Amino acid sequence: MTNSTIMDQETVQRAVTRIAHEILEKNRGIKDLCIIGIRTRGAVLAERINACIKQIEGNKAPLGILDITLYRDDLTTVDIQPIVRETLIKFDITGKKVVLVDDVLFTGRTIRSALDALIDFGRPSSIQLAVLVDRGHRELPIRADYVGKNIPTSVDQDVKVILKESDKKDDQVIVGERKKK
Amino acid sequence: MSEWTKHDLLDLQDVSRDEIELILQTAKSFKEVSARDVKKVPALRGKTVVMLFFENSTRTRSSFELAAKRLSADTINIAAGSSSVSKGESVLDTARNIEAMNVDAIIVRHSAGGVPQMLSRHLKASIINAGDGCRSHPTQALLDMFTIKEKLGRIEGLKVAIVGDIRHSRVARSNIKGLTTMGAEVTVCGPATLVPREVVSLGAKINYDIYDVIKKSDVIMPLRIQMERQEQKFLPSLREYAIRFGIDKTKLKEAKKNVIIMHPGPTNRGLELSAEVADGEYSVILDQVTNGVAVRMAILYLLLGTKEKPTEDG
Amino acid sequence: MSLLIKNAIIVNADRMAKQPQDILIEKGVIAKIAPSIKADKAKVIDAKDKLVLPGLIDIHVHFREPGQEHKETIETGMAAAAKGGFTTVMCMPNTNPVIDNRSIAELVVNEAKRIGTINVFPIGAITEGLKSEELTDMFELKDAGCAALSDDGRCVSNSHIMRLAMEYAKMVGILLIQHCEDHDLTVGSVMNEGITSALLGFKGHPGPAESIIVARDIELAHYLDARMHFAHMSLKRSIELIRAAKAKGIKITAEATPHHFTLTEEALKSFDTNAKVNPPLRTEEDVAAVKEALNDGTIDCIVTDHAPHAREDKEHDLDHAPCGITGLETSVGLAVTELVDTKVLSWPQLAEKMASAPARIMGLTKKGALAEDYDGDVTIIDPKAEWVVREEDFVSKSVNSPFVGRKLKGRVEATICAGKVVFSR
Repeated sequence: MTNSTIMDQETVQRAVTRIAHEILEKNRGIKDLCIIGIRTRGAVLAERINACIKQIEGNKAPLGILDITLYRDDLTTVDIQPIVRETLIKFDITGKKVVLVDDVLFTGRTIRSALDALIDFGRPSSIQLAVLVDRGHRELPIRADYVGKNIPTSVDQDVKVILKESDKKDDQVIVGERKKK
Repeated sequence: MSEWTKHDLLDLQDVSRDEIELILQTAKSFKEVSARDVKKVPALRGKTVVMLFFENSTRTRSSFELAAKRLSADTINIAAGSSSVSKGESVLDTARNIEAMNVDAIIVRHSAGGVPQMLSRHLKASIINAGDGCRSHPTQALLDMFTIKEKLGRIEGLKVAIVGDIRHSRVARSNIKGLTTMGAEVTVCGPATLVPREVVSLGAKINYDIYDVIKKSDVIMPLRIQMERQEQKFLPSLREYAIRFGIDKTKLKEAKKNVIIMHPGPTNRGLELSAEVADGEYSVILDQVTNGVAVRMAILYLLLGTKEKPTEDG
Repeated sequence: MSLLIKNAIIVNADRMAKQPQDILIEKGVIAKIAPSIKADKAKVIDAKDKLVLPGLIDIHVHFREPGQEHKETIETGMAAAAKGGFTTVMCMPNTNPVIDNRSIAELVVNEAKRIGTINVFPIGAITEGLKSEELTDMFELKDAGCAALSDDGRCVSNSHIMRLAMEYAKMVGILLIQHCEDHDLTVGSVMNEGITSALLGFKGHPGPAESIIVARDIELAHYLDARMHFAHMSLKRSIELIRAAKAKGIKITAEATPHHFTLTEEALKSFDTNAKVNPPLRTEEDVAAVKEALNDGTIDCIVTDHAPHAREDKEHDLDHAPCGITGLETSVGLAVTELVDTKVLSWPQLAEKMASAPARIMGLTKKGALAEDYDGDVTIIDPKAEWVVREEDFVSKSVNSPFVGRKLKGRVEATICAGKVVFSR
C-alpha cells in the first residue's frame, strides 16, 4: 500500500487563508454572510476560515455546525446506525449567504444531505460550497465554489484529511489505496 | 462510544451503561431537532411504526407518535384495549395480524408484564416497550435519566429518591435498574404496604422516613398514587398518605439547595405532590415531557437501523 | 388371555429384587411370580434390563371432560396416562359442569369404561359448584364411583363448611383432599411472592396463603379425629407443619408434583406461561424441602396435577394465561432424573411414592404392589434410557409443558393394566 502526503500543515493553512480571501472577495465583505461546517472536519475548517476572516475584516461571521447523519440517503442500507451528533446553528439563516464547508468533495452525496438539512433551517439567499480537497468522481450535479486543492484520484483511492483539532495530529492530506473490506 | 446492536427495547435489564450513554447522547442531538422551526428530519422515511396500546395512555402514546413523525416515519395507532382478549383473540394473534401489514416497529403497552418479550420472541419487527404491567417502562426511565443529567450534569453518585407506590410501579422498577446501572444511589420511600421488602434485591434502599429521605436526596421523584389501589385497601386513607408522604413546600424546607423534583405524570396535585411544588422552582416535570420526545426519537432511530433478528416463528 | 412378563427386576415399595423373575398375569390378576415360568398360551413380554414396578397411580389429574374437551378428553387423557406409565388415575371435579352430582360422576366412569384401557376414578366435589357454601351429597357421590372428594382449584375457604365436610366425610368413609389456598391472599396472583415477583412486578402468591390452610385443616383434623389429604404441597413451611402434625399422630397425608420438586420461580423470568401453575413454583429452599419431605415420608406420594391447556389459552400474557402443566407424560422421567438419579429416593421408595402410597391412601387394596393375587397392573421402566421432551411426542391433547427441550433419564417402556398392554414403546 502506498500512501503519499499531498498537503502538509503549511499548504493546508495556506489553502484555508486563500479560501477566506476568496469568500470575502466574492461576497464583498461579511455582510449577511454565515459559515456552516459539516461535522466533523468541515466544522474544524469552518472555524479556521472564520478566524482568517476575523484577521482580515476585524469581525467574525456567524458560525454553525451541521450534522448531516439524519439526512443521509444510505440510512436504510447500513447495518448499524451511525452516531448522531448535535447540529449547532444558533442564528436564523433565512436571507443569509451561507458558506457550507467540508473537507473532501467526492460523490456529492454528503453535500446533497447538507443542502436538505439547511433548507429545514430556513431559506438562505444563497448557499456556496467551500472544500479543502476536490477529488472528483461526482455522482450528483454538485460543484464547489472554493477549492483548496484539486486532487485527481481513482475511485479505488482513499483521501484522508487530518486536522490538528479533530485528530490530535499535525495537518496533512494523504492519498492512499482504499482498504479492502 | 459503543455501537447500538439491539433490535428491541424490552426493558433495561440487559442494557449496559455504555448503551444508556449512547441513547442519552443521541437524544441530546434530537432535542436540538425538536427545537427547530421545521421539527422534522428524513431519517426514518418509509418506515412504519405501530402504536399498539392495550392500555390507555395519552402522554406516552403522543410522545412516541411525535417522535416517530419527527423522524418522518409513518405511524398508526391501535387501541386494542382488553376487549380483544375477551373476544378470544390472544395478544400474539393481534400482534401477528399487525405485523402481517409489514410494519417495522411495534410500540406496545400492556397491563401484563412480559408481553413485549413474548412479542419479541415471535415477531420480526422491532418491539419497543411503552410499559408492561408493573414491570418495566424503559423509555420513561431513560427520559428521567436524560433530564437528571441535563439538570445536574451527571448521574453517577447522585442520591435519587422514589416516593410512593413502588409495588405497582413500572416506572420505579425501570428507574431503579437504570439509575443504579449509571452509578446513582436509589432510595425508595412510601407506605410499607406499597413498598415490597424484596425491592432491596433490585438494588434500592428502603427508608420509610420521608423527612430523612428529602434531606439526603439530589432528586426526588414522587409517583402517581393510583386511586384503584386505595380501593384495594393498600392505604388507610388518601388523606393520611398526602399528609405523611406527599411532597409539599414545608417538607422541602429541609431539602438540598439544588434538588430537582420529577414526576412521571399525570400528577394528582395535592396528593403525592402539592401544586406549589409541581409548578415551583425545583420542578422539572415539563422538561421531562419535552425530553421524552427526544429520547424516544433516539430510541426509534437506533433500533430501526439494526438488522433483522431471528424469531421463534422462523 | 394371559400375559407373561419375562426377566423382570421387580421393584416393590419394600424391596428391589436382586434376580430377575417372571410374572404371569391371568384374568387380570397376578397369578404367579417365580423364576422361569412356562405358560404356552400366554403373550410374552421380555423385560430384560428393565425395572418392573407396580402400575403407577396418579391421584390428581384434570381430564377436562365434560366442558373443555379442546384441552383434553377422558380418552386422550387416558392415552397420556398410559404412555406415562399410569394404570390408575383420579380425575379432579373442576369440570364444567362440576362433578358434584351422580350423573357427572357416572359420565366419567362410563366413558372410561367404554375406552377400557386404564382405571379412571372420578373425584367428587366437596361443595356444590366448588363454591364452599353447601356440601355435596357425599353418600351418592361415593356410590357413583367417586374415590375421594375435593374442590381442587378452589380451597374450601369457609372454615365452618370445612369442619362440617370433615365430620360428614368421616361418617361416609371417603377421603377429603384440600387445595390449600387462602384466596383472599392470592387475588390476581401470577407467581410466588418474592424476589422474582418484585423484579417482574407481578402480583405475588405469598407462602402463607398455602400454610395458613394447612395449619387450619391440621387443627380441624386433630379436633375431629378425621382424615385429610393435602394436595400439591409446594412450600417449606407447609411441610414443617405436616411433619409436626404427623409426629403427633394426626391422620393427614400429602402429595407433591414433579414441577414442585424440579422448578423454581426463576422459570417465570422468561415469561413462560407454561411455568404458571397453582400453587406457584417457589424457591430453591422450598424445592429442597419438598425433596427432603419425599425422602423422609412427610410427603406420601407423587402426583402430576396433570392440567392440560390448549396452546391458544397459554399464548396469552402471564396475567391472563391459565395455571397448569401437562404432566402425565413427563412424570416418570422427572422423578427418575430429579429424585432417583440424585439419590433423593431409592427405586423402592419411588414405587412407594408413585404406586403403593397412593393405593393405600385411596384404599385400593389390590393395587400398589407386585405380588400374587394383586391386580395385574404393571409399569415397565428403562432406567437408563435418556430422552428429550418434545412437543410433537405428546399424546395428550395439550403441550403446555415448561419441560419441553429438557433431557430426561428413565422412560416408560410399557404399561399393563389388568393384564392388558395399554402402552408399549
